[in-house]
Amino acid sequence: MIQTLFGSLNEAQEPQKKGFFDRMKQAVSRTRESLGERIEGVIALTREVDEAALEDLEMSLIASDIGVTTAAEIIERLRDRGKRQGIRNGAELKDLLREHLKQILDEQQRPVAKVAAPPEVIMMVGVNGTGKTTTSGKLAAWYRAQAKTVLMCAADTFRAAAIEQLEVWGERSGVEIVRTKQGGDPSAVLFDALQAAKSRHNDVLIVDTAGRLHTKNSLMAELDKMRRTTQRIIPDAPHEVLLVMDATTGQNGLQQARLFTESAGVTGIVLTKLDGTAKGGIAIAIARELKLPVRFVGVGEKIEDILPFDSGAFVDSLLGN
Amino acid sequence: MFENLSEKLQRAFKNLRGQGTMTEENIQEALREIRVALLEADVNLNVVKDLIDHIREKAIGQEVMTALSPTEQVIKIVHDELVTLLGKDTARFQFASRPPTVILMAGLQGSGKTTTSGKLAAWLQKGGHRPMLVSVDVYRPAAREQLRVVAQSIKANIYQGDTKGEPAGTPLVERLAKEARREAVITGCDTLIVDTAGRLHIDSDLMDEMAKLKALLSPQEILFVADAMTGQDAVRSAEEFHRRLALTGIVLTKMDGDARGGAALSIRHVTGQPVKFIGMGEKPDAFEPFHPDRIVGRILGHGDIMSLMERAEEKLDRKKSEEFARKALSGDGFSLEDFRDQLRQIKKLGSLQSIMKMLPSVGPFAGMQQMADQVDEKQFTRVEAIINSMTQKERNHHEIISGSRRKRIANGSGTTVQEVNQLLRQYAQMRKMFKGMGKGGMMQRRAMGMLGGMKGMGR
Repeated sequence: MIQTLFGSLNEAQEPQKKGFFDRMKQAVSRTRESLGERIEGVIALTREVDEAALEDLEMSLIASDIGVTTAAEIIERLRDRGKRQGIRNGAELKDLLREHLKQILDEQQRPVAKVAAPPEVIMMVGVNGTGKTTTSGKLAAWYRAQAKTVLMCAADTFRAAAIEQLEVWGERSGVEIVRTKQGGDPSAVLFDALQAAKSRHNDVLIVDTAGRLHTKNSLMAELDKMRRTTQRIIPDAPHEVLLVMDATTGQNGLQQARLFTESAGVTGIVLTKLDGTAKGGIAIAIARELKLPVRFVGVGEKIEDILPFDSGAFVDSLLGN
Repeated sequence: MFENLSEKLQRAFKNLRGQGTMTEENIQEALREIRVALLEADVNLNVVKDLIDHIREKAIGQEVMTALSPTEQVIKIVHDELVTLLGKDTARFQFASRPPTVILMAGLQGSGKTTTSGKLAAWLQKGGHRPMLVSVDVYRPAAREQLRVVAQSIKANIYQGDTKGEPAGTPLVERLAKEARREAVITGCDTLIVDTAGRLHIDSDLMDEMAKLKALLSPQEILFVADAMTGQDAVRSAEEFHRRLALTGIVLTKMDGDARGGAALSIRHVTGQPVKFIGMGEKPDAFEPFHPDRIVGRILGHGDIMSLMERAEEKLDRKKSEEFARKALSGDGFSLEDFRDQLRQIKKLGSLQSIMKMLPSVGPFAGMQQMADQVDEKQFTRVEAIINSMTQKERNHHEIISGSRRKRIANGSGTTVQEVNQLLRQYAQMRKMFKGMGKGGMMQRRAMGMLGGMKGMGR
């Protein structure tokens, strides 16, 4: 059976390897250009915006993780517009693109859910290593700066030293932490934290959960359980469930957003590590396909390196302005 | 969900049958589908472009074979191309002639360096080595504590050191690294795994620190730890790390998720270094040497069906399987006797769970991987017992199984009449399903011939 389908692996050819290798390397080095530089290239080359220019632009969008489907749709809209009114030059093309991208993001922006009675409960969820603990710490400081009283819950009882890590952030922001020992039940510590936040009349409770891959059913069920625990004590909570996503994430981000929304009821995205060279194009695809807004962005490791989302600034950075 | 590339290609090729050779024109659509599949798997755009050129070159002028469908022919080209690209290097490790061998872990924040350091130590221990761990991540809160806990859980040696209130910075990092190497020599550890702080490739201060660490320790291995979910940006970070450090290998983490892992191709080709290991979970032993064909299967949406097919080839009685497929797809349908044969054959392949986990996560098997954890293996035995309790005649002519016969069969097999009824119902459904399957693709048909019996039995 295998032979007829794929041939035997041992037969893979050796000889051409070297030349191919070198060509590959050369090809890849071209991608060091940012989307902005690529677009500049497209624009400079085209007095008139023609089909070739649009195709180049589509490739540039894909190279920034916007995804094949979303990129194709954006280009289709630009093409339509070109047919109806014409697009005079590259500068206009860039303006239109900026407008479209911003619109996709803005359509999903909505006011934060009303909190009937404090505390406002914010749950941080996401796959491993995206920066949930760091973001929790920064967010605590951000709310403190708005003169709100904040409590944090160390519900990542799984990863080694996650609790200690959050404690350091608690010290830095002057926020208390409800914790248990490593290996404890996350729903139990959450229960304690909810009770504490309620009786102390805290304005905000930030819940740091363990990173988990969205494909692990039992771990996703655990999130669902935590959500139900929250609802038992505070019926309209959690008010926000923020999916923390690394800006370098590729097309898998869509699947993350989809499955975390199913289990945990995600209400928004926090895009982290935007201080690198990745500009988080996947957020555009997520906004378009899953109707989720971006709430905050992380731009560094320092406590103040968190910003409320600004679609204009985000698109400008994506386009390299 | 993504569609399997094979399915897409089948559509793209529906007009190709009956034509003698593949030409620029008639494979155009197929190439477009391949391009989209690779991009959706996060393979870097420029790598994709070159791959497509290469695949086009190879495909054009090929005769359309009779033994293979055009789809299978092109899939084979794509598959071979990707495997060649990834190389055949597996986890070969450089060891120092004079111990300790130093392994430097490098990567962006959150890629999984600390977890991987622990796994690598456990892997080395299993191979009879005596590794020592040290964390020089003096920046992230509790990072050093994290490695300590990890080391403790696998009973590995760790050099804890003392920061002595020294501020976080390169001098402290260098001191800890130097002390750790001395400690490794003194305690007779043959390898030293140095876990470093995550850093952005554009952070020149921290990249300088990395270069200094390299100069200080002259490591035999510098492993770039990368998240399998990384998108197009993978080439930029990998290239810069490689430019500054001359990496010797790649570890791809979080491969237990459903990311296609196209970044592996991109990183491999910007650095020219082999992927040596993959991380498959959070447990210390969820760590495997890398097999190029496995990730190629994933990128193409084939799951690990290669290994499954290999296993099938080795264990199954081919003639019986083909006989079964022929009967099942023809007007007569298969008998319960045939069905039992198939069950016995499948059992030879291993547990149902392990088989289901190797199926592609897309296409006709969508959702089966997820179902694997819920499968009750005992069901299998019970079904076989029920069929065993039937007479030869009953097995070949299921329609004669009346109420009283059902009762007898239930008694004989230690099951209930309800279970017997359920089996008969599922059998009838399956027969119908197979008969209607004549139009499916070759691979789908074959795989179903082998595995189709399981679908109704998971609950």
